[in-house]
Amino acid sequence: MSVAPVELRGLRKTYGELVAVDDVSLTVRPGDVFGYLGPNGAGKTTSLRMMLGLITPTAGEVRLFGDDPIADPVSALADVAGFVEEPAFYPYLSGRRNLEMLAALDGTDGGRIDEVLELVELAGRAGDRVRGYSHGMRQRLGLAAALMRSPRLLLLDEPTTALDPAGMRDMRELVRRLAGEGITIMLSTHLMSEVEQLCNRLAIIQLGRIRYEGELADLLARSRGRYRLDATDPARAADVCRETPGIRDVEARDGTVWFAAEADAAATVSLRLAESGIGVRTLVPGGQSLEERFFEITEDGA
Amino acid sequence: MTGRVYAWEVRKLAAQRRTYLGLAAAAVAPVVLVVAIRVRPPQPTDPGSPFFLRFAVESGLAVPLLMLLFASVWLFPLVAALVAGDIVAAEDGNRTLKTILTRSAGRTAIFAGKVGAAFTYVLAALLTMVVASVVAGCLASGFNPLPTFSTVVSPSRALLLIAGSFAVYALPALGIAAVAVLFSTISRNSAGAVVGTLLAALLMQLTQILPVLDSDAAQRWMLTAQLQAWQALFRTPLDWGPVVHAAYISAAYAVPALVVAWVHFVRRDVSG
Repeated sequence: MSVAPVELRGLRKTYGELVAVDDVSLTVRPGDVFGYLGPNGAGKTTSLRMMLGLITPTAGEVRLFGDDPIADPVSALADVAGFVEEPAFYPYLSGRRNLEMLAALDGTDGGRIDEVLELVELAGRAGDRVRGYSHGMRQRLGLAAALMRSPRLLLLDEPTTALDPAGMRDMRELVRRLAGEGITIMLSTHLMSEVEQLCNRLAIIQLGRIRYEGELADLLARSRGRYRLDATDPARAADVCRETPGIRDVEARDGTVWFAAEADAAATVSLRLAESGIGVRTLVPGGQSLEERFFEITEDGA
Repeated sequence: MTGRVYAWEVRKLAAQRRTYLGLAAAAVAPVVLVVAIRVRPPQPTDPGSPFFLRFAVESGLAVPLLMLLFASVWLFPLVAALVAGDIVAAEDGNRTLKTILTRSAGRTAIFAGKVGAAFTYVLAALLTMVVASVVAGCLASGFNPLPTFSTVVSPSRALLLIAGSFAVYALPALGIAAVAVLFSTISRNSAGAVVGTLLAALLMQLTQILPVLDSDAAQRWMLTAQLQAWQALFRTPLDWGPVVHAAYISAAYAVPALVVAWVHFVRRDVSG
């Protein structure tokens, strides 16, 4: 069995009283496009910094392909690349010079520089000083710097943040392409749509703790067979649902009633609601979106 | 790997304006001194004037030695601090530490490369100053024999002594650069490191002014006092004592400063 590209066990980081990352355990499997989803300040970037050997965990273990990036970052990061927060470069050097320097630090001759510059569509501006680059260009240069290492694992922190819509589309296209080439990708993001579009597995982190880890499809499947009811009296409507045979998992949130049922039971509910004098505005089948599942998970745990 | 890091650190220095500010100061200062001497020539009988100033009109080879005297007050500490104080802190300022620390070079190699580049810059600035002052001095006052504390030496012998003087001067200058690297690593702030280094150098020099502290014992342990050790080369017979002492004291400041900076650098969290 192949070694997991990322294995976190009981990872914890504290800054005085502040617990930034609390007992985080997760596994990224070979070939995953793994979404590390959480609101700002949830601990995503701190986790990535520990994975890249930039900060030392207070407790717990990080393994990248079985190696410890804290004890021996050079060998543990041999097949790993990525960036945390906005990629940073020397503003007084050109994009190409920056890549040449990083290639030298990798012990290579920079033979892939032209190739990766073409790939991220920066070849035309590679001679310009980074000082004049837009945010999007720096993001792409960051990706070029990462790809230059021909990594087996890419760790990307909010790769589309602050990009314009076209930039976001291009970045996601690139991530898909790289995943198609067999690179395992772990990307932290607070954008649910990004996870839905790109990832096969995910972990949801909130206040430093993992709330969910698993297949995206599994997470969404849990909400299949569910109905959403918008009625004139949500509280009584929820009671009617609970009393109807075949209806289960009834929840009333924010004036909307959610329940799980077979199609026939849902039809029965609509009749009983009418008999009870409760108006039905909408009764629609439909699984929850990732966004709805995310809030359900994080608000339950909050 | 350290060699590769060092080469790129030097290239990075070459791409920054502040590098040339220091080198320009090292090149221009001797010219200013020569002009000042031409405008108001010193007299050999001037009481209280520095020894080599009295002979700066007779021999241009006195100019580099005058530069060493004047530069030791603040010019060279400033030149050294400008780059050495920036060399680690600039990575924090640009937030590039995370960029370079996630490649295949270990932290020790990166730190060593940076120290090497800072030291190279200090030596380059010294070389610039000696060449500029010899050329400017000789153009203004001629390539003539140089009076020393005990005798008069030929121009070629004087050149040899000047080279030796700069080599001796380089020892405490590198010590100051090491202190600047320490401030740069700990403070993570370029301006703070530069000002901190200058303040430390000036405070040490204050001990030469304050009567309470101006004792031989205190001076023996001051790093900046070692910036005068080269003068021992101009005594006959040649006195190596101050030179050896300067080497020890410079190492006594530089080695602990670099060790503390290195430990801090390899152990620190990079969270910016």
